Amino acid sequence: MTEILALRDVHKSFGPIEVLHGVDFALAGGEVHALIGENGAGKSTIMKILGGFLEPTAGGVLLDGEPAPYRSGAEAEALGVVVIHQEFNLAQDLTVAENIYLGREIGGLFLNHKAMRKGAQDLLDQLESHVSPDARIRDLPVSDRQMVEIAKALSRNARVLIMDEPSAVLTHREVQILFRQIDRLRAAGVALLYTSHRLDEVSHIADRITVLRDGAVVRRAERGELTEDGMATAMVGRDLTDIFPPRRTEFGCVALELHDFAVPPLVEGISLSLRRGEVLGISGLVGSGRTELAEGLVGLRPHGGSVSRSGAPIRIRSVTDAAKHGIGYLTEDRKERGLLLEKSLRVNLTLPDLPRFGAPLLSRAKEEAALTQAIADFDIRAPERGMEVGNLSGGNQQKLLLAKTMLPDPEVVIIDEPTRGIDIGTKSQIYAFIDRLAREGRSVIVISSDMPEILGLSDRVLVMRQGRAAAVLEGDEITEHALVRAIMGTRERTTEDA
Amino acid sequence: MLKGRLSLSTLGPLAALLVLIALGAFLNSNFLSSGNITNVLARSAFIGMIAVGMTFVITSGGLDLSVGSMAAFIAGMMILAMNAMLPTLGIGVPLVLAGMAVALIVGVLAGLTNGLLVTRARIEPFIVTLGTMGIFRSLVTWLADGGTISLDFEARQFYRPVYYDGIFGITWPIITFALVAVAGQVAMRHTRFGRYCEAIGSNDKVARYSAVKVEWVRLMTYVMLGMLVGLATILYVPRLGSASGSTGVLWELEAIAAVIIGGTALKGGYGRVWGTVVGVLILSLIDNILNLADLVSPYLNGAIQGVIIVLAVVLQRGKSSAEGR
Repeated sequence: MTEILALRDVHKSFGPIEVLHGVDFALAGGEVHALIGENGAGKSTIMKILGGFLEPTAGGVLLDGEPAPYRSGAEAEALGVVVIHQEFNLAQDLTVAENIYLGREIGGLFLNHKAMRKGAQDLLDQLESHVSPDARIRDLPVSDRQMVEIAKALSRNARVLIMDEPSAVLTHREVQILFRQIDRLRAAGVALLYTSHRLDEVSHIADRITVLRDGAVVRRAERGELTEDGMATAMVGRDLTDIFPPRRTEFGCVALELHDFAVPPLVEGISLSLRRGEVLGISGLVGSGRTELAEGLVGLRPHGGSVSRSGAPIRIRSVTDAAKHGIGYLTEDRKERGLLLEKSLRVNLTLPDLPRFGAPLLSRAKEEAALTQAIADFDIRAPERGMEVGNLSGGNQQKLLLAKTMLPDPEVVIIDEPTRGIDIGTKSQIYAFIDRLAREGRSVIVISSDMPEILGLSDRVLVMRQGRAAAVLEGDEITEHALVRAIMGTRERTTEDA
Repeated sequence: MLKGRLSLSTLGPLAALLVLIALGAFLNSNFLSSGNITNVLARSAFIGMIAVGMTFVITSGGLDLSVGSMAAFIAGMMILAMNAMLPTLGIGVPLVLAGMAVALIVGVLAGLTNGLLVTRARIEPFIVTLGTMGIFRSLVTWLADGGTISLDFEARQFYRPVYYDGIFGITWPIITFALVAVAGQVAMRHTRFGRYCEAIGSNDKVARYSAVKVEWVRLMTYVMLGMLVGLATILYVPRLGSASGSTGVLWELEAIAAVIIGGTALKGGYGRVWGTVVGVLILSLIDNILNLADLVSPYLNGAIQGVIIVLAVVLQRGKSSAEGR
């Protein structure tokens, strides 16, 4: 086994904050090395340093035992160190073939389109991908783009391939193809770095596992040494048996009632009622209309049917109307719809309820006080109060978004994907916050694709399938088995009104 | 926090302004005379008021190319209205007030037209205002029948002091500009409206999801700009007492340039009204210095302004790449 690329005692600081504290890490030819850890543990930073996108503050990067000579991602790529980023580096309006050969086009004065198309086709065939070399990236689904990225990396004759959560956007079948490609590359002597939040994949594909916590390596293991539970425990540094709060038992009167609610063209005939102090989980496949239902309810989409709050019929035509009736919505798209990434925490927090902070002039002092309160209430950890929200970790962004949603003090809160892309430690904190909201007498709707989350949090579960209520489960009926059956529609249940 | 704000891009425009003042004083002893200062400020006032309004439009992610033509159109309408009302009202304060009201109303309506096309018909602001730019310009040329619309001579004599007089030696256009600038700065930094403009320009989806009335705020930025163009026209008309197809040509570019030089992001999301004021002064001073000194031909004014604009954007980018990480 030969070490190709290695980090030796690498430290990295951003400003005064050190995020890597002396990391040793090596990638060997013919081996898949998985790097796992919570969000903010330093995985991305390590990948960026390996790929030449960042320079270590101290310590060294070694390529074939010599200090790595590259200073940028492009130079690293020329030496066979290729990174596949989570956010793909593909030109949206160029074709697949043009992207694969971008910067290394075949041909002299005139481009040899034929040769490039043929080359691209060969690479895609190897990947068993049906993408046409002439397709435009813009028109491709995310999973195909991933394949194009991999084809592009192959065409670079990568010796080291660094993959940042490649499976996050792939279907099960595509992940299998990806694994076959990884096997092939491993057999060809390529050094592979693999990261994933899915621990089952890690135990399946990795020859070697390195676990990071808080910027330091806490565990190294060979294949088979660590169970998935062992990995999770190593990542978090404590046992995670009780990440869910105990269930609530007392509920109040009905706070929100939907009757024959519809959000054209997808969602139809939803009737449900929500009590105070209750957590209603909404489960279903992506595209089953969960988010559409929520967005219709808060006036972001036109909707039909009737809605009543505490028994009185209401009309909601905009988010402002919803807020007036005490209904708040936390979007699943934190970065594009939830937060202003280039603005400060204060500006983000107070945006939904600015009138409260003074008219005509806003009171900076009141805003700062609200931020202090939110930081305490939701345990938001920001190195600096005035920093841009985009520089916070995902978990802290989510906590801030929750604080922002709760600022107008809604009695009904709809939380869409409360913990997407968030590490397990922060997850359990957010579960505790949701529990707290319910115990304060609010009604909470949690929309989630995460099965354990729905099982662990909900007092009742509405399962949606193709825009309709497929089932409502309550109490002991809420089991993984029943949930999966309802989601997939393996056994038709009659729709009950909740 | 204050330290972070006083970066090169913040101080750049201010430093440039000071350098220009020093240069002007060095080149010509008359530069700092009160006559010249009044002249520079009064000329800055029209573009300045428009540019303050433009700051809000650009900050919320919009653009308005029509303001120069709009000014000409408003001037034409105002003069025609005053001439028409002259027999009834006679020469006096009521006539001038009526004319001012017409100018403001036409300005608000013109801004409303732009704003509605952007927010209701959902057409790109660039396209909408490129269209209305041509429409307003063409309308004023048509109203003037290709020539000039002139205010009645005696009415002009009566109206003249609005441009040339003032209090304590400060003329009305300068006073008005100062008030607009201060109000604009306060509105941008300390009111909901300004915060909403920045939020919408930064990411309008986030604003909509945060219960901000995005379309309403956008509409209001165009209406406010239209009203400020009306206000600028009210102060501009007594200067010449006429309007023609060539009134206000290229004002839109000067206003946009002033906004950009002042540090407001062209893509929206961040606005700085006092920067816009500095930007306007920089542009006027370049013009003034070239006219006073013999160093460079005044014909190169446009070239020098162009260099300043490009430099300002380069400085802005330097800032974002340093902070962007």
